[in-house]
Amino acid sequence: MIEISHLVKRYGAKFAVDDISFSVGKGEIVGFLGPNGAGKSTTMNILTGYLSSTSGTVKVGGIDVLESPYEAKKLIGFLPEQPPLYVDMKVDEYLNFVYDLKKCTLNREKHLKEVCEVTKIADVRGRLIKNLSKGYRQRVGIAQALVGNPKVLIFDEPTVGLDPKQIIEIRNLIRNLGSDHTVILSTHILPEVQAVADRIVIINQGKIVADEKTENITRVVEDGRLYSVKICGPQREVLATLKGIPGVLRADAVGERELDSFTYHIESEPGVDVRKSLFFALAAKNWPILGLEAVGMSLEDVFVKLMEADTKKKMAGERRNRA
Amino acid sequence: MFAIYKREMRSYFTTPIGYVFIAVFLAASGFSFALTTLQVQSSDVSLYFQILMFAYIVILPLLTMKTFAEERRTRTEQLLLTAPVSLPGMVMAKFFAAFTMFFGTLLVSSLYFYPMSLYGDVNWARAWGSLIAMVLIGMTFISIGIFVSSLTENQFTASFGTIGILLALMIVAMLNNIIDSYAVRLVLDWVSIYSRYMNFTYGIFDFGAVVYYASICVVFLFLSVRVFEKRRWS
Repeated sequence: MIEISHLVKRYGAKFAVDDISFSVGKGEIVGFLGPNGAGKSTTMNILTGYLSSTSGTVKVGGIDVLESPYEAKKLIGFLPEQPPLYVDMKVDEYLNFVYDLKKCTLNREKHLKEVCEVTKIADVRGRLIKNLSKGYRQRVGIAQALVGNPKVLIFDEPTVGLDPKQIIEIRNLIRNLGSDHTVILSTHILPEVQAVADRIVIINQGKIVADEKTENITRVVEDGRLYSVKICGPQREVLATLKGIPGVLRADAVGERELDSFTYHIESEPGVDVRKSLFFALAAKNWPILGLEAVGMSLEDVFVKLMEADTKKKMAGERRNRA
Repeated sequence: MFAIYKREMRSYFTTPIGYVFIAVFLAASGFSFALTTLQVQSSDVSLYFQILMFAYIVILPLLTMKTFAEERRTRTEQLLLTAPVSLPGMVMAKFFAAFTMFFGTLLVSSLYFYPMSLYGDVNWARAWGSLIAMVLIGMTFISIGIFVSSLTENQFTASFGTIGILLALMIVAMLNNIIDSYAVRLVLDWVSIYSRYMNFTYGIFDFGAVVYYASICVVFLFLSVRVFEKRRWS
């Protein structure tokens, strides 16, 4: 449904998007993940024809976005980073405007009613957009993208500014849409894509770092486990002991939080549970553990992980080539 | 394209801007009409139109300042630019909406001629000629205003920029009085919006001037389209 090949977008000397290629099949939900400034929005803006690329091609439904933008745009529903709302219009007027703008041929009354029901904005249809809360505005933005029932939906950070309940609703909505739409959504929140997407494309500094099925990414992420542990004891010796425990890859002192006790971060080898040996090693030295908790991996950690994996793979490949 | 036109017209009347425009336009035209004809008991309308033309410089940017600047500021342009609408269609829709506002108000202000015709002799050739010229000049000013608005995301920058350009275009003709060189005067005369207008006030339908105004209008609308194309590429 969507084919991006060797896409490059350059602003002066800076590459916002640097040779990206991936494709999205029909009915697939792809999460587009990356830190701020990674090139997510740029890619999405090119995909929707708002920006043009420096080089490379983008095809939606087999139609080149650059060559026949008119036909391609008809297939796409787009929610930009900031929902494009005319705040001096009522929700109903706005949706009718979008309906006309997209030259829809569906039954107007019925279709708009459906869209409003799906996005749960039916009760604010008569209100001025100006007076709506951020969550409602975001939903009107999503409704706008759904008008005309386009085959491809592109959401740029759809859950920003919503409360937790709304976030879950929107995620469910997107998952339901995935059954008969092709969806790309961008976010910088890892659990969000894990919850919604079939596949995850991770992008950093304009380059694709990983393009995997969601389960596989999750495995990479949960492979090495990270713990935060608070121990009462002399810092240097504790650290040495920690590093001596079999299965511990890395141990760092993070700081003194209470008198005599320090917090340490421990990373264990994949598949090894170090918590028991940690306890016994410290008990033997008479250093009590005041707290122990598993730390979820942040997006940055995931990048580091993925890039480490990437370089290892490359080095292994080179070694094989040499041999 | 029609959808954008409709929304644009709506927005003139759901925000104060449309009413402000109509009020200022009618006040300025009514005041100058009274001053130049009723006060001096004359049915010569050429001075009225000249004053009105200078009033345009300040009034017409009211219509155009928001057109693209506001869309850019609120990011709604992203909706328009990713919808199946062509860039020229988008620019034309905005142009026609502003033109409709302007033309409608001008028609209302033309009612002044009716009572005048009851009590005096109106030179209809001059009046019609001037009215047509007013429409053409209005179109030109609107297209310049739309172009300036597409360059910025601040309405006030857009309006002051437009006022500056329009003022410069008018003042060019005034320079003629202080410049000695015949060649320079000829060129200035040629480019001046004001000088082109003079023939109409004598009741002469100057086809060359019509082409001149229409060309300026088309050039600036075309440039507005180019602004959007260029922004996509940079």
